[in-house]
Amino acid sequence: MSDFTISRRTVLAGSALLLASTALPTIALAQTPKKGGRLVVAADSEPRNLNPAIVASNAVFFISSKIVETLAEASFEGKDGLDPRLATGWEGAADGLSVTFKLREGVKWHDGKPFTSADVAFSALQIWKPLQNLGRTVFKDLEAVDTPDELTAVFKFARPTPFQLIRNALPALSSVVPKHIYETGKIEENPANNAPIGTGPFKFAEHKPGEYYRLEKNADYWGKDQPYLDEIIYQVLPDRASAASALEAEEIQLAAFSAVPLADLDRISKVPGLKVITKGYEGLTYQLVVEINHRRKELADLNVRQAIAHAIDKDFVVKTVFLGYAATATGPVPKNDPQFYTADVPTYAFDVAKANALLDEAGYSKGDDGKRFSLKLLPAPYFNETKQFGDYLRQALAAIGIDAQLVNNDSAAHIKAVYTDHAFDLAVGPPVFRGDPAISTTILVQSGIPDGVPFSNQGGYKNDELDALIAKASETLDPAARTELYKEFQRKVAADLPLINVAEWSFISVVRDTVGNVANNPRWAVSNWADTWLET
Amino acid sequence: MTRALLLLRRRLVGSAFVLLIVVIGTFLLLEAAPGDAVDAYIASTGGDAGMIELLRHRWGLDQSALTRLANYLWALLHLDLGQSVTFSRPIRDVILERLPNTLLLMGSATALSFGLGSALGIYAGARPGSFRDRFLSIGSLALYAVPGFWLALVLIIIFAVDLRWFPIGGIESIASGKTGLDRAADIARHLILPVSALGFIYLALYLRMMRAGMAEVWRQDFVLAARAKGLSRRRIVLAHVARNALLPLVTMLGLQSAQMLGGSVVIESVFSVPGLGRLAQEAVAARDTPLLLGIILVSAVLVIAINLLVDIAYAFLDPRVGASEAGA
Repeated sequence: MSDFTISRRTVLAGSALLLASTALPTIALAQTPKKGGRLVVAADSEPRNLNPAIVASNAVFFISSKIVETLAEASFEGKDGLDPRLATGWEGAADGLSVTFKLREGVKWHDGKPFTSADVAFSALQIWKPLQNLGRTVFKDLEAVDTPDELTAVFKFARPTPFQLIRNALPALSSVVPKHIYETGKIEENPANNAPIGTGPFKFAEHKPGEYYRLEKNADYWGKDQPYLDEIIYQVLPDRASAASALEAEEIQLAAFSAVPLADLDRISKVPGLKVITKGYEGLTYQLVVEINHRRKELADLNVRQAIAHAIDKDFVVKTVFLGYAATATGPVPKNDPQFYTADVPTYAFDVAKANALLDEAGYSKGDDGKRFSLKLLPAPYFNETKQFGDYLRQALAAIGIDAQLVNNDSAAHIKAVYTDHAFDLAVGPPVFRGDPAISTTILVQSGIPDGVPFSNQGGYKNDELDALIAKASETLDPAARTELYKEFQRKVAADLPLINVAEWSFISVVRDTVGNVANNPRWAVSNWADTWLET
Repeated sequence: MTRALLLLRRRLVGSAFVLLIVVIGTFLLLEAAPGDAVDAYIASTGGDAGMIELLRHRWGLDQSALTRLANYLWALLHLDLGQSVTFSRPIRDVILERLPNTLLLMGSATALSFGLGSALGIYAGARPGSFRDRFLSIGSLALYAVPGFWLALVLIIIFAVDLRWFPIGGIESIASGKTGLDRAADIARHLILPVSALGFIYLALYLRMMRAGMAEVWRQDFVLAARAKGLSRRRIVLAHVARNALLPLVTMLGLQSAQMLGGSVVIESVFSVPGLGRLAQEAVAARDTPLLLGIILVSAVLVIAINLLVDIAYAFLDPRVGASEAGA
């Protein structure tokens, strides 16, 4: 193995020189996809349930999106930002009460049975609506799915539902699973949840707990000449340092979802044969947010919230915490969203003097020790960056006389402390923007959400005007009018600061230059990889 | 032989109590940790109030802590370790899958640190105060002071990334289809780095203990007698000095087994070895109480069994110890 790799490296280095001398046309030639090969990818977790129709989360999609397909996938060029998958066309009725999907012909499940509209109806009504973490909200008014023929599924809604929302939800929420596998027994306990059966380019082969997942090529895939790869292996590497070493040792070819820590990227980008890629996550934007407990008297005061916003140097956060791999945020919709984002919102420039003045004005003057008041600050533990931003925020607050006490918890304890017990004053959270504010964004500021719901407004914030705006947008059918309402939503949130949006970031892939067609759609890491190939 | 049996009986009765205390203690500790299995789960998925309630009900977390503990102990009496929340599989299967890897790692590392440690200890202790004694003593202490994960990372960078002599992690090659001896060789190749990382750290302990013991024995009268008899130095070192200094090392072997299990948590993570230590860490993060209890129980049984073996070995090696234990 080692002898082989060394000689291959030497050969590669030689051919790189040759390539350089004959310049670009040769490189273009090298882009013809090849068949075969085993792609080995780093995985940092083993989801307890691999069924993406039940658990719509990136950790699950990362593996199962290659096996189970959705009706449509996100796309850089496609109409409305979508590319057809199991559906070839979709159309919403003017009254918002129905959406008609035309389905792909000649698609077979991995067990050989034909894929039909009955599978779509079953998935939508029996899984997405009652069981799926995100579908329970988006499909709450779905009443029936008519199947006039095998290749047509008509979604019927009890109340007008914006077609724009359904369309935006397709890439993440519409995984179709086979009715004939799931119709007997309890869906949650079906063995296929851990050995998925789908229509995708790869079949689930085996899972060795703690070691790897193995997927193998689906020879009957509907995509012409696809997939290219013979096998995909997800090697479980729980230690964050090991993904980088495994790439360098050529044991794996791809580490997605920032498995290589940001601090290592500079070094790893200089290793011959490795590329650092920031594209391919545009549809998976995470937001760095300061969550605020409005039950706390000081924080219920808008002046104090504005002062905190002025105390945060967003550029510094992007440069130091994210090492440049992020963007500053202006409001609750990220800048890279093509449909809804508006820059026309109140902004808070970094200005410590102004922040201090605002606090003085609000009546919280500095005590003899230079402190105005103390706060409990809980950074979410899921990312290095949320923890590091917690450290930064503590210092930024100290500069304006607010004494923040850091409380570090693990995931389970953090979720309970913030979202159930409300035992925080400020928290640092990483909510996800999922292509439409109605999927998981408005819930961050909306009132009336029961205790214990994670990634929702648990800060006791209540703003009737904002609630009314959210309610109106959720039933506005005209896309232009709906988009306008969400722009107004962004202005209101930025003005009243129920929470403070600091930065927006996505993930980084590190990949061997032998892997082709990387990052060619906005959700690449969680798309089906039918066109991914390996130079052998 | 009866001496050993008596010891065995007394130990087994005592062990049952120890295990009960371990189980209840662990349960209460995990109960006191904020957040439950559902909190840990929704941290990665999100979900609304209805879904959360449904999950708590399905995983039995809507019952009181006392009920759950009673249920667990009752099932345990029937030798049933229960069902893992995170893996949705019987805990017995999950643990049995990982136990061999941990045993292999621990066993090899113990053999390495005990074997090489005592051998070097004899070498150093043969001439106390000599250059080689000082060099080995200081060298081993430096190694002992190194954090385990750091040594592991350094080994990975040198031997797996730069030299590429060994794989960077895992227990065997992925889906290689190897069987029999080929597979054993493959596993051995994967184990060399983690066993070295784990074993070299504890090596110092045995080395220094052996050396200190020998320095002590050198001053005994019987050594003087052996010298007077005109025995060769080599014979004095091995048969008289080292042999008498070896006993405390055997005690240490038993005590160290628990430490090794702890150390393997870090090593298993760094080298991505699918063992019990990593499983325990995942169980805590996921608040999977029954799984963690299962792991702790198995580990406790393991440590008790090793110590029992050590005691029995001791009773054979040193007649004085066994006699007083059995008579007391």
